[in-house]
Amino acid sequence: MNWIIGALVFWAVMWVLNVKLSKGPQTRFISLLVPFIFGVTLLVLWEGIVRGFAISPILLPPPSAIGVRFANSLPILWVDFVQTFVKGAMSGYILGCGSAFLVAIAVDRSPFLQRGLLPVGNFVAALPIVGMAPILVMWFGFDWQSKAAVVVVMVFFPMLVNTVEGLKASDHMQRDLMQTYGASYWQGLAKLRLPAAMPFIFNGLKICSTLALIGAIVAEFFGSPIKGMGFRISTEVGRLALDMVWAEITVAALAGSAFYGAVALIEKAVTFWHPSQRG
Amino acid sequence: MNKEVIIETKGLDLTFETNDGPVHALKDINLTIEKGDFVSFIGPSGCGKTTLLRVMADLEQPTGGTCTVNGVSPHEARMNRAYGYVFQAAGLYPWRTIGGNIKLPLEIMGYSKAEQAERVSKVLELVELDGFDKKFPWQLSGGMQQRASIARALAFDADILLMDEPFGALDEIVRDHLNEQLLALWARTHKTIGFVTHSIPEAVYLSTKIVVMSPRPGRIADVIESTLPIERPLEIRDSKEFIEIAHRVRDGLHEGHSNG
Repeated sequence: MNWIIGALVFWAVMWVLNVKLSKGPQTRFISLLVPFIFGVTLLVLWEGIVRGFAISPILLPPPSAIGVRFANSLPILWVDFVQTFVKGAMSGYILGCGSAFLVAIAVDRSPFLQRGLLPVGNFVAALPIVGMAPILVMWFGFDWQSKAAVVVVMVFFPMLVNTVEGLKASDHMQRDLMQTYGASYWQGLAKLRLPAAMPFIFNGLKICSTLALIGAIVAEFFGSPIKGMGFRISTEVGRLALDMVWAEITVAALAGSAFYGAVALIEKAVTFWHPSQRG
Repeated sequence: MNKEVIIETKGLDLTFETNDGPVHALKDINLTIEKGDFVSFIGPSGCGKTTLLRVMADLEQPTGGTCTVNGVSPHEARMNRAYGYVFQAAGLYPWRTIGGNIKLPLEIMGYSKAEQAERVSKVLELVELDGFDKKFPWQLSGGMQQRASIARALAFDADILLMDEPFGALDEIVRDHLNEQLLALWARTHKTIGFVTHSIPEAVYLSTKIVVMSPRPGRIADVIESTLPIERPLEIRDSKEFIEIAHRVRDGLHEGHSNG
């Protein structure tokens, strides 16, 4: 009972504190502190309720247990992270987004591809990932290559559509201007249409950054060597070691957020001129 | 003394095919623009004045008749970088600084870095924007942006300047000031200028030759050679001569309307 009362009191105190902080002057420190307090409060509530009601650790382990498991399993978590995120998700992301970008330029140059390829891309994008993943594992083997292939299939279409859309973003007058300079297609592409497409391209890159991690983890459910985040999650669930599953989820959440954040930071630097970034 | 012919159109026709049937944008346009002329095209919207300018710039293809620029086809003239074009909106690239925007045509045309820098500072001075080359377009007022876009068109020093209602979106005071500056610039550079407008005072104030156009189909209603002196302070707009020319332009516009 003490656990529950303690958690509720902590929650109430932090709530009051956050309300006070939000009403005060908004410095950079405070604008970071408020969500931090919110997050910590959630964890304390979770801990208190799980312990107070003596919930089975199989249903929901307390955050402290997850933390201990996390700290004790760093070598395993690191191996899994490298296998799934660095090898599977990142290589698939780079291959998928890179090839989608190149295909988008080909599509832009050729009306035939525009009419022929986009519907096919649409069709591929509609294929359920859980159906594609086992097939790709058969084709490319158990190791990370098949995970990268799943990621390529997942990110290709969103990236393609965004880039094709972005290449249309420059307005008529700006393209006429390029024409008055007697600019070639590639000059127009490099100096006008690609810069104008950047907000769209980064939109695609951000969407794909989360898709890549999901794809790489899910693909491991259909066969993998004895490492990887997806492999660990599916086997540890079978052993009822839910704290390990949660530790992997923590790794996935941290890696995914950091990845998204990094892409967003690059976006800010590249598209500083766009009204949405000028602030 | 015969001056050199820069732009010449003979029996120029242009019909747009639209979903609502053909639109006769230009009909039998015969016009000669000589070296150093400042020619205004004035008329109500839909009279084809912008289309005519775009034909000269090879941005539209005529369906009949001929047009020559510097004695060659508009396409060749465009590839020779014979003209600078100023659009209704400044259309500066927001990811480039003002200096970077002015460099854009120079980069495409393959000027050396040193020459790019030299020309940028020269044209910025011409449009009285010196010191603004590191600013981004969105940090400047509309009038300053339009001046920067004129600087961009001047950067590669083409002999012809084609301007499509460049001051149309600006307020009266800024527009007066830019008109004055444009005349000073024209006097200094001796360029041949084609200028589309729908303001009668602007056309009369700026031009040596005013082409009055009327709509449906777009055609030339009158060509007025201005008798105003080359030196034109803003006050000239109150002179008797100025008012007479403006009157003739207005008559031309009316006639075009009643016939059309």
